[in-house]
Amino acid sequence: MSTITQDTPAAHDDHHDDHHGAPKGIMRWILTTNHKDIGTLYLWFSFIMFLTGGAMAMVIRAELFQPGLQLVEPNFFNQMTTVHGLVMVFGAVMPAFTGLANWLIPMMIGAPDMALPRMNNWSFWILPFAFTILLSSLFMEGGGPNFGWTFYAPLSTTYSPDSTALFVFSVHIMGISSIMGAINVVVTIVNMRAPGMTWMKLPLFVWTWLITAFLLIAVMPVLAGAVTMVLTDKYFATSFFDAAGGGDPVMFQHIFWFFGHPEVYIMILPSFGIISAIVPAFSRKPLFGYASMVYATASIAVLSFLVWAHHMFTTGMPVFAELFFMYCTMLIAVPTGVKVFNWVATMWRGSISFETPMLFAVAFIILFTIGGFSGLMLAITPADFQYHDTYFVVAHFHYVLVTGAIFSIMAAAYYWLPKWTGNMYSESLGRWHFWCSVISVNVLFFPMHFLGLAGMPRRIPDYAIQFADVNQIVSIGGFAFGLSQLIFLAVVIKCIRGGEKAPAKPWEGAEGLEWTIPSPAPYHSFTTPPEVK
Amino acid sequence: MTTKHEPYYVPAQSAWPIIGAIGLFLIAFGAGSFVSELNSEGGIGGYILLAGIAVIIFMIFGWFRTVIAESMAGLYSPQMDRSFRQGMSWFIFSEVMFFAAFFGALFYARMIAIPWLGGASNNAMTHEVLWPTFEAVWPLVTTPDGTTTEAMGWTGLPLYNTLILLTSSVTLHFAHVGLEKNKRQALTAWLALTIVLGIGFLFLQVEEYVHAYQEMGLTLESGVYGNTFFLLTGFHGMHVTLGTVFLIVLFFRVLKGHFTPEHHFAFQAGSWYWHFVDVVWLCLFIFVYVL
Repeated sequence: MSTITQDTPAAHDDHHDDHHGAPKGIMRWILTTNHKDIGTLYLWFSFIMFLTGGAMAMVIRAELFQPGLQLVEPNFFNQMTTVHGLVMVFGAVMPAFTGLANWLIPMMIGAPDMALPRMNNWSFWILPFAFTILLSSLFMEGGGPNFGWTFYAPLSTTYSPDSTALFVFSVHIMGISSIMGAINVVVTIVNMRAPGMTWMKLPLFVWTWLITAFLLIAVMPVLAGAVTMVLTDKYFATSFFDAAGGGDPVMFQHIFWFFGHPEVYIMILPSFGIISAIVPAFSRKPLFGYASMVYATASIAVLSFLVWAHHMFTTGMPVFAELFFMYCTMLIAVPTGVKVFNWVATMWRGSISFETPMLFAVAFIILFTIGGFSGLMLAITPADFQYHDTYFVVAHFHYVLVTGAIFSIMAAAYYWLPKWTGNMYSESLGRWHFWCSVISVNVLFFPMHFLGLAGMPRRIPDYAIQFADVNQIVSIGGFAFGLSQLIFLAVVIKCIRGGEKAPAKPWEGAEGLEWTIPSPAPYHSFTTPPEVK
Repeated sequence: MTTKHEPYYVPAQSAWPIIGAIGLFLIAFGAGSFVSELNSEGGIGGYILLAGIAVIIFMIFGWFRTVIAESMAGLYSPQMDRSFRQGMSWFIFSEVMFFAAFFGALFYARMIAIPWLGGASNNAMTHEVLWPTFEAVWPLVTTPDGTTTEAMGWTGLPLYNTLILLTSSVTLHFAHVGLEKNKRQALTAWLALTIVLGIGFLFLQVEEYVHAYQEMGLTLESGVYGNTFFLLTGFHGMHVTLGTVFLIVLFFRVLKGHFTPEHHFAFQAGSWYWHFVDVVWLCLFIFVYVL
């Protein structure tokens, strides 16, 4: 993948729009079919949602600063935990990855754009509307969704607020957006690779996204089915999730987690791709075990369909099912272990430098592994009876999602910002952002393990007095982590506005087609496919 | 060095996607408001929903007109055509998974939830404590809380509908063969017949629903049997409706002389969609009606 020759722009380029720069004004963003514009839109949208969901987390942590009810009503507290989860999953993490996919995949595979550019625009512009609906339901009579982001029946059917229908339909259109985005990614990767870009030469970010997109197309429709059944149960007197009519509330959990578990991998597989790009670049060594990384990613995707009921060990499933899901879940540790081993082996005896992307990547490897290990603990059925629905679970999935998914997104942003903006970001501010984040995030989430083991339940606005000290520490970590993200905002804005000019390849050890084009990447790259040797 | 690739057509700015996004917004917001206002007077959700549907129809017309014009102008390379085909296949896969959720609910209710309510496995006490008189049978004609209904047989209307839909897949295939051999008359005739069969199917489906509601007492509210029956057949019926509209559009394009033996993505997509809807019906017929 390292020797690349690029043709001069071919003479047969006859359409009018190929070599123009970006159109001007607001309509550029609304009407755009350009993968870079759409990627930028996704990334900014994701960041706004990250701050929105983060503000809700601040409300949660403020309320939990002391035992007793101080700031918000319990019902509002429930809306905050619910919408925080929904916004972070569907508004922050997933769109951030889609934004990265949009920006990077065409450049990485030598394509002129995404395969279906107009549909690409449609997938993005659905999202702001979907979240307008979801967030506006918070201000309606009876309040917004308050049943947890997992919307278990009967909380979401019998006991949910009047606005639940808005939640349902907003999830429907988010799903439409994700499916269209994923179809676009798959088709782009399968059909638009430059000559010579064979499967086993694909950058791992592209590979992981291909598999992620497959998971998205497979499970987002199942989520649509789940919300539809919630809708009819609540408003049209069906009884899918009501035993009185022959249904079963546990069936909801099965359908939801059949979506939900692959969803978890949707939010981490692209991270693996990002880390697999950054670690070799700053270790100045090729990635250790490329092929095993590809196979491990595929194995994780296959296994992700066979483990959903590990979220449901306490629902009274037959022992056979508990054992099956326990063992399948533990199996996932094998391909994940392969990945962590490969990253460490890549760094082994490398000539490592610690610029901000590498700092986030190394933190990812360590902290994501902590989240992985607590996941293994949760996979043990009898142990899970103790941990289930406690803060231990909250600690586990925040290690995986914040220090996992979000840290990898931060790493990606720092790594590719020079390519996007043409300017180097401020390394000192970046380091400030990293060290503030990595310290505060551990103050925030690590003590949650102890709270959970001691028995503090999740999703509750009040708690017993013995949890007070640790909750205070956690809240302080939370506020610090929230504030630290403002540094990131400052870094990005500063980098867009100016700074040291970035060369085409600002990182000495970086590999891949995206570094063969100038920084900032021209509006149209690879209108003629490069030859990959 | 020469490049083997033709240029890939990257469309210029387009207003259709944002119009589509606004349409979906109105549909989602309107439908959400409409449903939550069902039990109250004077809501406007229904009108917003209708406005949204109108915007989406407008968008589809405009977007398709643009795409057809581009296609007729020869802007699409074989690579483009592959993008469209792959996109359509993945879309159909997502539809398969949507139906899978409801089939999953059907199988779970039938194989697990209802037997357990009847005391199977280690659930003797569940049965004893909750509804001791409940009998676990499928179709579930009496729910645990005592709602009764009749089961829909597979003979009569459902069987006719199965034959109609299976035939329509064959006729559409003949139309496709006609297109590929450039026999335009055969193409037109077989396509018209397929559309008639599709409409006939929908007509009989409505008949069946009326029969179920008025004579059998099988409604959306008659427990999990009625739920899975109506949601599966209902979503299938919506897909047949969409498929029929799709075929009607193709029919008019055929009359205008569109499509060539080598170049007919839209026809291919419509035909894939129709065969998919047919396969779903076959699963429905087996698992909802016969077994």
